[in-house]
Amino acid sequence: MANYKNHVLVCSGTGCRASQGEEIVLNLEAEIEKNGLGEEVQVVRTGCFGFCEKGPVVKMIPDNTFYVQVTPEDASDLVSEHLVKGRQVERLLFTDPETKEKVADSKKMGFYKKQIRLALRNCGFINPENIHEYIARDGYAALGKAFTMKPEEVIQEIIDSGLRGRGGGGFPTGLKWDITRKVQAEQKYVVCNADEGDPGAFMDRSILEGDPHSVLESMAINGYCTGATKGLIYIRAEYPLAINRLKIAIEQARELGLLGTDILGSGFDFDVEIRYGAGAFVCGEETSLIHSMEGHRGEPTVKPPFPSESGYKGMPTNVNNVETYANIPVILLEGAKYFASIGTEKSKGTKVFALAGKVNNVGLIEVPMGITLREVIFDIGGGIKDGKKFKSVQTGGPSGGCLTEKHLDIPIDYDNLLASGSMMGSGGMIVMDEDDCMVSVAKFYLDFTVEESCGKCAPCRIGNKRLYEMLDKISEGKATEADLGRLRNLANVIKDTSLCGLGQTSPNPVLSTMDNFRDEYLAHVKDKKCPAGQCKSLLQYVIDAEPCIGCTACVRVCPVDAISGEKKQPHTINQETCIKCGACMDKCKFKAISIQ
Amino acid sequence: MTKVKSLADLKKMKEDLQSKVNLREKGDNVERMVQVKVSMATCGIAAGAKEVMNQLITELDNRSVDAVVTQTGCMGYCHAEPTIEVTLPNNDPVVFGHVDDKKVVEIIEQYIIAGKLVDGVIPVNYETVKEHKNK
Repeated sequence: MANYKNHVLVCSGTGCRASQGEEIVLNLEAEIEKNGLGEEVQVVRTGCFGFCEKGPVVKMIPDNTFYVQVTPEDASDLVSEHLVKGRQVERLLFTDPETKEKVADSKKMGFYKKQIRLALRNCGFINPENIHEYIARDGYAALGKAFTMKPEEVIQEIIDSGLRGRGGGGFPTGLKWDITRKVQAEQKYVVCNADEGDPGAFMDRSILEGDPHSVLESMAINGYCTGATKGLIYIRAEYPLAINRLKIAIEQARELGLLGTDILGSGFDFDVEIRYGAGAFVCGEETSLIHSMEGHRGEPTVKPPFPSESGYKGMPTNVNNVETYANIPVILLEGAKYFASIGTEKSKGTKVFALAGKVNNVGLIEVPMGITLREVIFDIGGGIKDGKKFKSVQTGGPSGGCLTEKHLDIPIDYDNLLASGSMMGSGGMIVMDEDDCMVSVAKFYLDFTVEESCGKCAPCRIGNKRLYEMLDKISEGKATEADLGRLRNLANVIKDTSLCGLGQTSPNPVLSTMDNFRDEYLAHVKDKKCPAGQCKSLLQYVIDAEPCIGCTACVRVCPVDAISGEKKQPHTINQETCIKCGACMDKCKFKAISIQ
Repeated sequence: MTKVKSLADLKKMKEDLQSKVNLREKGDNVERMVQVKVSMATCGIAAGAKEVMNQLITELDNRSVDAVVTQTGCMGYCHAEPTIEVTLPNNDPVVFGHVDDKKVVEIIEQYIIAGKLVDGVIPVNYETVKEHKNK
């Protein structure tokens, strides 16, 4: 075996690969070969480092130098400077946005300081396509340990850890396993819900891309506990890289006998199959997911019976999401006590968030429960882009709500977020600044739910459509104050009467923005103004007479002839005919046209 | 690939594979380890720094010392190449010059393991930008 002195870790998550990550790997390998370092330096493709804002990321080991926004052309500098001469390539280091200093060591970056990586422990550390690297990091040791315990003891450990479902609902995981275990049946199933559908969320994809074996191992542990011998992973077909890495992982685990018959000499049989989803949001709901796997339409059914009692093909089925499974090996190896020592009273452990929107450091982060939104957005996220003012943060995706400045210091956990009118959800976190209009935001999410409603129950199918139309009316400036009352009433009815989680939570973005930004709604209906300047119908393009020299450039560019005026005299815009296309404003060289 | 048939098999396999990720795990805990930097500019390499580095890695390994050996650029002591800089946890870095195979063993046994200084220390003859700024 070659005696490697350096490892070069190159991020191979979807984001970095899209920015030529694979070319970087190939160029690095070629350069290393050219410099005769093939025996000394190993290039490793890893999962997501989380710092997607500055991808592609390359990390040098053992000195921990963290290079950002690397291009394939940089490979020769990285090799000839860093690897051969031992000099850091300054221009590729991360620049701290506050101190403007170059930071070479990732551990000194604000982005990583407050993170604890349990579920993401191997992402950006091992090569996900090599089972040996996973085993070297105690992979499958938790499964081995489980075999030395009774199933009830393993489940008790999970219950003691306080782990709750990371897919959004937050149901205690150990309890779910115990229910499935207690039901008597000829065949039971273990399902992994990898149908990640929230806009802007990518934690499950990153775990599957960066550490697929941790999910396989935990599904086998679940099988041992509940008596299931078959595992099914329901993943959306639009995650090709994750699917590919899962396939490789399953193949390698089978070859080593870590999936299959008589695993580790325990007499326990278990195997895993992949099922593809077509990317319907509602299939993230467990009953819809099961129907879709059975070959039926992806529509929910009333619970109870819960899948734990009657699920796939009518048999007891344990459904957990990807991130939930990724936590299991840590609990078994480090102990429930350790896991429970992290987090708040009722929410233990960590949570992975996909931080997006108007923050400086967009990316994937894992933080202890109980951290505040302020720490996440300002310390880890590096604050708001372009020095703008923070306005709101949306958590929980289309089922969640918008939180404001006054919520910034609340410790994040399942119960606190619910009490504030939002929810944990699967972990999407979208930050908004002063330029975002909250009516438009609510409209955006509702547009998504209208699109994704399966249509089975009337409140969701018809109600959400009407809700969307009302919001549209508000943003058009055609609504009255009475409409706001009707909006709230309808939202509450949809919440109370919908069949599944999709409809029961879809009005949340509307209700939370109405509660937290009432003034903004009022401005839309009473003053017919959009304070953020986003709702087109409520804007007016106006010519300021002073700087206008009457050059007629705007007249010539206006598609509807709405501008008039004498040559060399100030012009005016006829608001009746103006379609607010903005062409005149782009054309004006004297900054005489503004939006009001 | 041979199958893993028991928990004992898995443990044995993990131990054999440990070296694959050892380097990265050390990188994660660098401040708690002995850090050795080998000056590897043209002059250092010509004077045998590469051999010194290889020997350092093997000898430290043989004695099971948890250390991180990295290469670095010219330290400026071209008169005393090969030079290495050793940082023990919670200690200031010490630079040794004219390092050869005998010296490597001496430095490891006397300084790194026993904590005694040995001949060949080069006094630091510069201050860093930070030190300079804080003066």
